[in-house]
Amino acid sequence: MRKWFFLSIGQKYLIGLTGLGLALFVLLHMLGNLLIFAGDKAYNLYMHQMVHGKAAFFIQVGLLAAFLLHIILALFLSVKNYFSRSEKYARQASGWKATAWYQKSLIFQGAIILVFVVLHLITFKFGTYYEVVYEGKTIRNLFQLVVEEFQKPVTVLWYLIALLVLCVHLFHGLISSFQSLGLSHPRFDFWIKKLSFGYAVFVTMGYVSLPLYVFFFMTEKGG
Amino acid sequence: MLLKLKIWRQKRGQKKGSFENYEMDHLSPDMSFLEMLDQLNEDLVGQKKVPVAFDHDCREGICGSCSLVINGNPHGPHAGSAVCQLHLRSFKDKEEIWIEPFRAKAFPVLQDLIVDRSAFDRIIQSGAYVSVNTGQAPEAHSILVEKAKAEEAFSHAACIGCGACVAVCKNASASLFVAAKVSHLALLPQGKVEKKARVLKMVKQMEKEGFGACTNTGACSRACPKEISLHSIARMNREYFKSIF
Ligand code: HEM
Ligand code: FES
Repeated sequence: MRKWFFLSIGQKYLIGLTGLGLALFVLLHMLGNLLIFAGDKAYNLYMHQMVHGKAAFFIQVGLLAAFLLHIILALFLSVKNYFSRSEKYARQASGWKATAWYQKSLIFQGAIILVFVVLHLITFKFGTYYEVVYEGKTIRNLFQLVVEEFQKPVTVLWYLIALLVLCVHLFHGLISSFQSLGLSHPRFDFWIKKLSFGYAVFVTMGYVSLPLYVFFFMTEKGG
Repeated sequence: MLLKLKIWRQKRGQKKGSFENYEMDHLSPDMSFLEMLDQLNEDLVGQKKVPVAFDHDCREGICGSCSLVINGNPHGPHAGSAVCQLHLRSFKDKEEIWIEPFRAKAFPVLQDLIVDRSAFDRIIQSGAYVSVNTGQAPEAHSILVEKAKAEEAFSHAACIGCGACVAVCKNASASLFVAAKVSHLALLPQGKVEKKARVLKMVKQMEKEGFGACTNTGACSRACPKEISLHSIARMNREYFKSIF
């Protein structure tokens, strides 16, 4: 236990593992949400299953734990890393030896994602509770809420920005976690990079399609 | 050629320093960067001023003493070489050049451009060794090493411990240095025996010295005069993981 929580390599294993877990979640969450395109019934029934299914409670607790652990460790390491250079350089490395902007700003990307997730939960999970009846069963009409929310230009714009940030975070995060978990190897490097890029872009495109589609092609009635 | 130098000056025993301007004229582009500093120091001594303190020894890229950050780049702009292998032809006439020491909490500045890198020595002492009985050298062929393994181990053993990886890392992390040593020894049969204890001891010492953690930016490997591969860090992480069980 001590090796996992008090030495940075163990902490990075945990950041990597929780990061990969979150990355898997964002993929599945995106695929589930694509059901918007299949209409209100498919979407609402799927979401009902997600929230009330047998495993739902455990998945939610697991997600929350992974998210919190990821944030706490990332924050802890970022602070520690910041202070391991007492005097800053007058000039930054340039060209070949430079560090990419998206690698320097991980904690800020994380902060945006965190704000996004909190607002996202407030909007949808704890938002207006519409109801709908299918075959005599009353369930929550999340479809209506989603369509309603994505009529607002500001909301759509904010989603686009936050999702781009997630894309960047995922791209570095995936490559990085293979390295942190000791899984990178000269033979797989090329594929790890391609796969991480593809994964990040695929997830982002999937998500982005929702607010854009709803905003441009749907009305509040959901037609 | 003419160069406008901005050099970090910090008196011995003081916590603060600042940049001073020096203009050097009539320089030959074929001069090495360190020769230019020698020239500057001769001028300064001639003017009864304190010369600029900087580390150097072999001046052929093998000892790891030289340690300047030039315009933000440890060892200057070029890949795979130390600052002692840098020449003035890499700069433009009348260029402004900022010269700073390696900066890290674990590498306190001793004077001007010289930093105390004994944190590295303590990491080495903590575990980067193999315990063998002294006496006659054993027959070289008595321990067989697979060619590919030997090559890989050697690529990690090329580390000269200069600390450029720490200097360039946004976290001032010593991961590449420690990983090079861990990987070098873990790959060889002589080092296998103690590898579990070694990686733990070295990582613990690295943390104790106040280096940062690894964000896997890869800047270390790009700044490394010996181009030590990032895969050494993956291997160190693997060894760390295995050491737990
Ligand atoms: C769905 C959301 C998120 C996903 C999918 C995700 C994914 C990842 C992954 C895979 C890594 C790489 C781990 C490694 O290098 O071993 C990572 C690193 C990181 N994450 Fe996240 N993350 C998410 C949210 C957050 C949040 C909310 C924060 C902070 C508030 C955050 C801050 C960081 C930081 C600072 C690092 C780099 C740590 C370091 O290497 O020093 N992330 N993330
Ligand atoms: S002086 Fe020896 S490596 Fe530069």
